[in-house]
Amino acid sequence: MALRLTIDGVEAGYGAVRALHGVSIGIGHGETVVLLGANGNGKSTLMKCVMGMVRPTRGSVTLELDGQTHDLTQLSTEQIVNLGVSMVPEGRRLFPKLTVEENLLLGAYRPAARAALARNLAFCYATFPRLTERRRQLAGSLSGGEQQMLTLARALMTEPKILLIDEPSVGLSPLLVTHTIDKIRELKERYRLTVLMAEQNFNQAIRIADRGYVIVHGRIEYEGSSREDLGNNELIHKLYLGI
Amino acid sequence: MIPRNARFWTGAAAVIVLAVIVSLSRANEYFFFAGFVVLQSVVLATAWNILGGYAGYVNFGTAAFFGIGAYMAVVVINATGAPLAVQILAGAAVSGLLGLGTGLLTMRLRGIFFSIATVAIIFIAETLITNWRYVGGATGIQLLRPPLMEPFGSYTRMLFVVMAVLAVIAVSIARYIETSWIGRGLQAIRDTEEAAECSGVPTLKLKLFACTVSGALMGAAGAPLPMYLSFLEPASSFSLNYSVAALAGAIIGGTSHWLGPVIGAILLASVQQIVTVTIPGEINVLVVGVLLVVFVVAAPDGVLGLLRKLRGKLRRPRAPAESPS
Repeated sequence: MALRLTIDGVEAGYGAVRALHGVSIGIGHGETVVLLGANGNGKSTLMKCVMGMVRPTRGSVTLELDGQTHDLTQLSTEQIVNLGVSMVPEGRRLFPKLTVEENLLLGAYRPAARAALARNLAFCYATFPRLTERRRQLAGSLSGGEQQMLTLARALMTEPKILLIDEPSVGLSPLLVTHTIDKIRELKERYRLTVLMAEQNFNQAIRIADRGYVIVHGRIEYEGSSREDLGNNELIHKLYLGI
Repeated sequence: MIPRNARFWTGAAAVIVLAVIVSLSRANEYFFFAGFVVLQSVVLATAWNILGGYAGYVNFGTAAFFGIGAYMAVVVINATGAPLAVQILAGAAVSGLLGLGTGLLTMRLRGIFFSIATVAIIFIAETLITNWRYVGGATGIQLLRPPLMEPFGSYTRMLFVVMAVLAVIAVSIARYIETSWIGRGLQAIRDTEEAAECSGVPTLKLKLFACTVSGALMGAAGAPLPMYLSFLEPASSFSLNYSVAALAGAIIGGTSHWLGPVIGAILLASVQQIVTVTIPGEINVLVVGVLLVVFVVAAPDGVLGLLRKLRGKLRRPRAPAESPS
């Protein structure tokens, strides 16, 4: 399966505020690419551009899939999800008044995923046994860590080919962040999932990164071609460690 | 799943059969006058709930869709003299289109802004009709009822049965939506619209669908009105009371289940009818307001929520072993 997501020269913003100034990144099949940057540098906006939730004013977002090229800027969010691009939104956006199981069922809204609903549900419960215990509970009553697991599981219910994960560490205790990142690694290694993850927790993010980008004020300031590369970079030291 | 479905359809058929039997009985004519209004509010509350309850988009424009449905019937009568079924279909079609248009114009608005926009539709529709001489303009229009249809003893009795059929249709549609992927998607929109989008729920399409179906059912409920009153004028046809009653019926009954608006509307409209004949003046409008406030404060999940709580309390003593977690 050939798969490649290419973001080329994207500019985007909200009204008069421009959040992205010509961002270009690429993700290939089976890769885990991290997008590093502190709050307010455009990570989430870039993710939303891929999902069609924010429209770029310039540049292109294309998805090559099995020899076909799709221009994501021309598609609606549901069409993009239908192609197999799925996002775990920031801040654990769940359906708090629905049960865990209802949340998961909604993940399988796209027609292709509905057909494999039973299998995917079993898979999610096997991957996240904790959710099995909680299946009849309201999602809003789960702990922060469990909610993060549920958002991940819900995204998996769409049978994604590319998974975008926006700041999985936000609002979680260090132990739960480690646990979440371990889960993402497990998914990626076992199912060769292609992942684009936005994260500000540098130390956690590079544990699973194949490569990465550093985004500062809406511009890609550094491109690291390997995990070591990212770890040794001076800009990152400056941004994260203040030295 | 099958027994539950069978039970629903048996119940639906029973309601229609019962309505026909009652209409052929010697019951007092007033019963049908009042019954028509009660059934009409069941249709309105059920229609309102599809958008307001399932999707959480609170619509104050019920009166507009209802009134347009009624006036489309007048247009059909004036232009062709076609029978009631055609009038109802025309009312539903035009109000459905109005719903779709409203959805297209207001889909970017959420919460209170959407609600305000829907109020505006009432005034736009009422102004248009008031200035349209063909349907009577501001003075209204007098209509002659067609000759009686066998086997009904009076026109009101027939309209009562027609409204019962409309109520069953509306509830069946609402129930279908609720139990299908459409309802699941609307529920997701109600809870967190952004997360719904991320999950691939076609939020825009579903909202437009809900607007259209809800509007069409409201229009269908309005279409028999001209023949029921034999007279139609804009101010009372587009009365905000219809908007409030539809919303109140759904909220008092409970918005999460199709049965909620049915219970709420029957309760509310019956109390209103009783008050109308026993206490002079406009006290019946006050009843809606008071009941709505009481329920919103004391039982936000409506009658259904109360029943569920009661059932939970009855069950708890029997299962003391359950851990508190």
